[in-house]
Amino acid sequence: MKLALDNRLPDPDRAYRALIDAHRGLGDEESAALNTRLVLILANQLGDQALLEEAIALARAAQPDSSRG
Amino acid sequence: MAEARDRKVLYQFEYARSPDQDGSVTRRPVVVIGAGPVGLCVAIDLAQRGVPVVLLDDADRIGEGSRGICYAKRTLEILDRLGVGEACVDKGVTWQLGKVFQGERMLYQFDLLPETGHKMPAFINLQQYYLEHHLVARARAIALPGIDLRWRNKVVGLEHDGNGARLAIDTPDGPYQLDADWVIAADGARSPCRAMLGLDFVGEVFEERFLIADVKMIGDFPSERWFWFDPPFHEGRSALLHKQPDDVWRIDLGLGADADASEEQKPERVTPRIRQMLGHDDFTLEWVSVYTFQCRRLERFVHGRVVFAGDSAHQVSPFGARGANSGIQDADNLAWKLALVVKGEAPESLLDSYEQERSAAADENIGHSTRSTDFIAPRTAQETRFRDAALALAAHADFAKRMVNSGRLSMPSTYDTPLSTPDRDAWEGSARPGAPLPDAPMRDQAGRSVWLLDAVGSGIVLLHVAGDDPPPQHPMARTLVVGRDLVDEDGAFARRFDASPGATYLIRPDQHLCARWRKADRDAIDDAIARMTGAA
Repeated sequence: MKLALDNRLPDPDRAYRALIDAHRGLGDEESAALNTRLVLILANQLGDQALLEEAIALARAAQPDSSRG
Repeated sequence: MAEARDRKVLYQFEYARSPDQDGSVTRRPVVVIGAGPVGLCVAIDLAQRGVPVVLLDDADRIGEGSRGICYAKRTLEILDRLGVGEACVDKGVTWQLGKVFQGERMLYQFDLLPETGHKMPAFINLQQYYLEHHLVARARAIALPGIDLRWRNKVVGLEHDGNGARLAIDTPDGPYQLDADWVIAADGARSPCRAMLGLDFVGEVFEERFLIADVKMIGDFPSERWFWFDPPFHEGRSALLHKQPDDVWRIDLGLGADADASEEQKPERVTPRIRQMLGHDDFTLEWVSVYTFQCRRLERFVHGRVVFAGDSAHQVSPFGARGANSGIQDADNLAWKLALVVKGEAPESLLDSYEQERSAAADENIGHSTRSTDFIAPRTAQETRFRDAALALAAHADFAKRMVNSGRLSMPSTYDTPLSTPDRDAWEGSARPGAPLPDAPMRDQAGRSVWLLDAVGSGIVLLHVAGDDPPPQHPMARTLVVGRDLVDEDGAFARRFDASPGATYLIRPDQHLCARWRKADRDAIDDAIARMTGAA
């Protein structure tokens, strides 16, 4: 696996806050659309098909049980 | 239940009439308003530096309720300098490990002091009334001119100009007026002084309500901070468990934004929640409160001759223990500067650095506190999704664990300040200009164990490592020589300070490192001390 699982951000709390801030004032649909645009931008920045597929696989693997909602 | 009542510690004090209440208006050099932890610390620190202080409080007792319970290493070092650190540590519950759970599974743990060789622990938990009790006892023990502590003196008027302030004070014997060269407003989050000056207190308001309960029980949980996201006993919310002295446990539960505060505080509502968490009902409730919070600050902390410190100047959420800790660090920063100004040894402008250093610290604390709150109490469906995504990924990837935020616990600020002299030499180690000194185990000339911070004390210190040249001297500083007055017991000092023979460290009266040289010359030391005292 090439995907980085360790932290690469100098300040993860600030990065998290930037994501939260980006959604302030948006409705739920607008938020979903923003996130989708963001995924496309970050996928392009990644610039690597294999890495992108690993990232997708990780995101799917981390899906919580649907029974817990 | 009788035992529960016995546990309710209240300290009662006596109002006494002051001679200042008779005749013409008296003028005092420093009046501190508010005998909470911050007001008491700044008063003790000033008195230890030879500045007489009048300390006013509108109450005459230390209230019930544990309130602030977590005191961080740096705060304990300050309390130790003020003479109450050891008493607090003896009584408190020492801890350094935090564990974060999601459901029943532990996500990760953190160690707040992974190295040994420090006098003070990473954290203690101690009911605020014990801290205040120790501070009051210390304030009363200080020799004259000392601290004139006046209970049931309620400040109802405050006018100030560039030269001082006039206070209008209500007492059981009626009103009187008192003049002060300087006023320190340490009168808490709802600061009447702030209102009397008409100052805005702006910031972010959080709607999430939290239940805080202190429970007395014999528990077999370790002395650690345990935090749950979505705990099995409180689904979809958060929970925090912390041990205090006297078999009292602090429980903090997220209730959501729509909870009814008065309903949630009723024992018939609280008891089943706690029972579900603990799995038994062998406990008594000591104290219950429902709170919301804000993260906000004054734009400026110094207004002419009125200086704000602690919660009156800035307010944070409880996650991270940054309220009382930062307030006591304000006191630590302010006292030595004001003492120099009052004694005419530094210009009034030195207090600008109090505002600069402590407002940067307030921003740092508010930033951490706000980000923790975003994570613990998401406000929209999208914020909840981000939070849940980080939690879901945390089991699979370390980077996501680092995003899981249950509160980033109080760490001292490193001041980026004009009082520091920039390094001209290269240094390794953990000591940094602007940061509090790392402690280290030393021996004195008689071979007794002594901690570095105890040896440094409260003054301006030139800490010098013995070398070929004679140790430096300065009329405002005390010289302390490692290799003569102190011996570096196990090399911790050398490692933490990257010490080399002939090196000199200039230390501020609040034990922050101010300047350092591999080989200091007279002019460099003169310049650095002038800069440190605002005279450059």
